[in-house]
Amino acid sequence: MANIQVSTKINGDTYEFLCRPDETLLEVLRDRIGLTGSKEGCASGDCGACSVMLGDRVVSSCLVLGAEVEGQEVNTIEGMADGGNLHPLQRNFIKFAALQCGFCTPGFLVAAKALLDKNPDPTETEIRYWLAGNLCRCTGYDKIVRAVLHTAEEMRGQARG
Amino acid sequence: MKYLAPTTIEGAVRLLSEASGSTRILAGGTDTIVQLNAEQIEPDLIVDIKRIGEIRGITNENGGFRIGAAVSCAEMTEHDGVRDLWPGCVEAAGLIGSTQVQGRATIAGNLCNGSPAADSVPAMVAAGAVVRIIGTDGSRDVAVEKIPVGPGKTSIGADEFVHSIFLPPRPERSGDAYLRFIPRTEMDIAVVGVGINLTMDASGVCTAARVALGAVAETVLLVEEAGDTLIGTHIDDAALDNLARAVSAACKPINDKRGTVEFRTRVAGVLAKRVAKIAAERARG
Ligand code: FES
Ligand code: FES
Repeated sequence: MANIQVSTKINGDTYEFLCRPDETLLEVLRDRIGLTGSKEGCASGDCGACSVMLGDRVVSSCLVLGAEVEGQEVNTIEGMADGGNLHPLQRNFIKFAALQCGFCTPGFLVAAKALLDKNPDPTETEIRYWLAGNLCRCTGYDKIVRAVLHTAEEMRGQARG
Repeated sequence: MKYLAPTTIEGAVRLLSEASGSTRILAGGTDTIVQLNAEQIEPDLIVDIKRIGEIRGITNENGGFRIGAAVSCAEMTEHDGVRDLWPGCVEAAGLIGSTQVQGRATIAGNLCNGSPAADSVPAMVAAGAVVRIIGTDGSRDVAVEKIPVGPGKTSIGADEFVHSIFLPPRPERSGDAYLRFIPRTEMDIAVVGVGINLTMDASGVCTAARVALGAVAETVLLVEEAGDTLIGTHIDDAALDNLARAVSAACKPINDKRGTVEFRTRVAGVLAKRVAKIAAERARG
């Protein structure tokens, strides 16, 4: 299998990489670029641990081929904090103890941010449906939902100034 | 395996007609890449159709909507025009997988995957949607119910691909709806799915109805006898009972861990009543 040359933007930086045609974006991110924040829980689109932004959509990077991101923009968990400043979602996940082992956390954060960017005032039901494709074996979800609700409220407060 | 992403229809046709080995079309990838990862398929060539501009959008055509084969379910559910005209098709497309899957999956792919339990397919069959297929000899338009021929099998040739799906314009006082039964609230495969599309006259009498069933046979079924039970009625309780009987009679389901034959047969009838009520309410406006 001949490798394919791909040029793309990841977290605002330009990357060039070579990948096999059957290699997923998740494998490229983790094994070729060294961005290991996105996790592989299933490789079948069921767990959401590999969630990244592809353009303006949250997607499972295990269900995207590396070759497909030529000329596109990818944003991963590594781009969420602003330098040393955590994103409010990251801060509140810690504050509300919305993680235990942490394996699912990058995926939840990326997916939750996509929700708040689109809908700054989601109901609890909307949050639960939006995050239904992110699985967590530890927390029982409730603390995650509280953390997202609280972050939304906090960010709306800031937006009002 | 080779991966190629042509930017024109002609380019894609050429690739498919010249291919010597097995090929796969890549649209949203939410079935194809799962199968690739699991090594269930090992195609020689993957043709990614998402760079073909012509099939990336939703266009208004004679009062209906043409949904390009590369349009994601999320784009479809966010489109006000499609939502207003075909709410049942949109709610069915919106049920496919998680948020992450919605951002990639397409209704064309849902159809081509050939699953009898595909959520968008009964809704599209009820809607009378028409599939535009491109091949070496040009394009052909086919009723959506003619595409699935068995579990995982379609009538689309190896050198062909879906260009778009047309959701037709509809008369006044029309409504459609889709419901599925799953044992939880999200993220599951239909145990039974029912799509109904109907039209009423000014006095509230049903003048046309199409009923389609998912997950109760080898393919999605269009059940004409079930549609007939509604035509000429006010969709009252008696008509709904007849509908349920006709729907259950058409079921030829399998027994599996998600549902027994008896369960699926009965639930199909119950769901059909609920779906008909929603469709009728939408038709009444
Ligand atoms: S690893 Fe991608 S969804 Fe589970
Ligand atoms: S914190 Fe362990 S899987 Fe979610």
